[in-house]
Amino acid sequence: MSRIEQALSRAQSENRAALVAYLCAGDPDPQWTPALVRAAARGGADIVELGVPFSDPTADGIAIQQASARALGKGTTLARVLEMVREIRTDCDVPILLFGYYNPILKYGEERFAQDAADAGADGALVVDLPPEHASVLRGPLVQHGLDYVPLLAPTSDEGRVQQVANVATSFIYFVSLTGVTGAAAPDLRAAAQQAKVLKVQTGHPVAVGFGIKSAQDVASVARDADGAVVGTALIKLLQECEELPVAESKLTALISELAAGTQR
Amino acid sequence: MPSNPSNHEFGSYGGRYVSETLFPALNELELAYAQARRDPSFEAERFRLLRDYVGRPTSLYHADQLSSSLGAEIWLKREDLCHTGAHKINNTVGQVLLARRMGKKRVIAETGAGQHGVATATACALFGLQCEVFMGAQDVVRQAPNVQRMELLGATVHPVHSGSKTLKDAMNEALRDWVTNVESTYYCVGSAAGPHPYPTIVRDLQAVIGEESRAQIRNRIGRLPDAVVACVGGGSNAIGIFAPFLGDASVKLFGVEAAGEGVHGQRHAATLTKGSVGTLHGSRSYVLQDEHGQIQEAHSISAGLDYPGVGPEHAWLKDQGRVNYVSVDDQTALHAFHQLARTEGIVPALETSHALGYLPTLVQQFKDQEPDAPPRKSHRGELARGLHVIVNLSGRGDKDLQTVLATTTSEGSASQITTQESSGEAP
Repeated sequence: MSRIEQALSRAQSENRAALVAYLCAGDPDPQWTPALVRAAARGGADIVELGVPFSDPTADGIAIQQASARALGKGTTLARVLEMVREIRTDCDVPILLFGYYNPILKYGEERFAQDAADAGADGALVVDLPPEHASVLRGPLVQHGLDYVPLLAPTSDEGRVQQVANVATSFIYFVSLTGVTGAAAPDLRAAAQQAKVLKVQTGHPVAVGFGIKSAQDVASVARDADGAVVGTALIKLLQECEELPVAESKLTALISELAAGTQR
Repeated sequence: MPSNPSNHEFGSYGGRYVSETLFPALNELELAYAQARRDPSFEAERFRLLRDYVGRPTSLYHADQLSSSLGAEIWLKREDLCHTGAHKINNTVGQVLLARRMGKKRVIAETGAGQHGVATATACALFGLQCEVFMGAQDVVRQAPNVQRMELLGATVHPVHSGSKTLKDAMNEALRDWVTNVESTYYCVGSAAGPHPYPTIVRDLQAVIGEESRAQIRNRIGRLPDAVVACVGGGSNAIGIFAPFLGDASVKLFGVEAAGEGVHGQRHAATLTKGSVGTLHGSRSYVLQDEHGQIQEAHSISAGLDYPGVGPEHAWLKDQGRVNYVSVDDQTALHAFHQLARTEGIVPALETSHALGYLPTLVQQFKDQEPDAPPRKSHRGELARGLHVIVNLSGRGDKDLQTVLATTTSEGSASQITTQESSGEAP
């Protein structure tokens, strides 16, 4: 069982949803990222999605677009993100899912990426613009190196897509709560979580819900039916208000513990 | 449908590198388009509009003065005479007809120079559909007259302030809008780029340029041309004129990219000449990127060529060696702009001026290859003799006056610019 699967299974056994925290690697500063991941873990994040910044993040709303631009402005590269993972792994075992866009991985080389990500101690990858029909070039090497490949499903996905995605998922499936970009206002999280529950039955994989989850209350509204709740934009916005790392760490830990309280069923 | 195991339409290029949310919409579009093209009533309506509304067929004009000065027979395919002043309307009439057929009430588009935005706004006005256009904030300034035209036509223009504030960022924002409003909205892509089936749709709808050119030149000189030249940003006018000639091995094809301030620096838009394989805006093709896979900003005096990606079919044609992709810098394009205005009385778009700017190099190459049979001016009785080149005059340059006038004021008079030599690179 992979580290990500263990985290989901532990949450399940504690009768709660897993809390998945998205942080953009390198934002606001690459030096901060390992400490922020540890702070998120201390706060109770079951899984950390570590965003690999990309110049053209078409799936992201303005908050993560700006975070990506700040991270790139500070010299964040895929190679540097893998170094951060390696540093985190010296004293923290929170599952880390690398979250990003395909082009930096294509440029790095899929096989080399899988090898280096595994060596660094990452647990898997989620690539928002790499659908199942093009995924084999990446999924193969990831699986070979013991990493998870996490695909997405959307409210618009029909039955054929659901099966296609089910066939390539190795741990959980990320269900996008809304038609839109990250940070948008979710019209009905409870309904999204119910859809996630149906998808879990259809696919045989745990399903986490993301996009539009901002508060403990939002987490609570998906926790009963979904296996995980992903929070990203709210964390990015919090970090933007912090000028010192120690302040950012304590505020992040506090917000994540608050969000984690919402995971109980 | 993707016809090979790698799920790419053009060799290893094309595909659908987009959010999962968009897949059903792309499938729906692919199906609706295939059905429409088989439906005689759809095609009849499209051809009626191309003829009566757009003004097709556009003429194939023999540019006498330009031919004399270059020592070759230069034919201009006058897409600048289309309604709205550029080839873009060929595509939007087809796609907006398709949007209406699919029951979509809202159409979005990205635009660089504003020509596609104007063409989309025009077709939407014609069919009574809501139109919203995303345009980089820098282009909103560079191409102000087109912004005003779009607004006159009832469209809403959204300036995009992210990234380089040009076409790339406009397309990012259009994709974000589409993913948000996918149920109600038709995304009218303007270039032969984007996720499948857009590159195919745009090529098919623009292929009328090449089909007409092919028939017209045979009618005029009794044979096919020696070369066809078009500018390439995303590549829609180029693929449109190239497509019907791809099977004609004797016809050399030249795609001219924007070399900006020179391809040896960073400030250019020569994606095929200087880029590498990557994914951008939903397809795998060549892109301008750094060593870490971050997309680089493109630079060109022409807003319509200022794009760090290129349609996937062009990438495939480059790898096959079927099309020669070359580049022409800002100064050479400006020189060609002025030359055509003064010698033929035609003010071309700055995009088109890149294709024109390559002509001296192209003619020289042909002369070098066949020194014993120099291209010469043909006359009645020997019309087919000499070197015949068709240039896709993809658009008119009214929209560029502000840019060009600013250049001539800051860098001296137009006549000084005309002393510049072509810097087009050999294929």
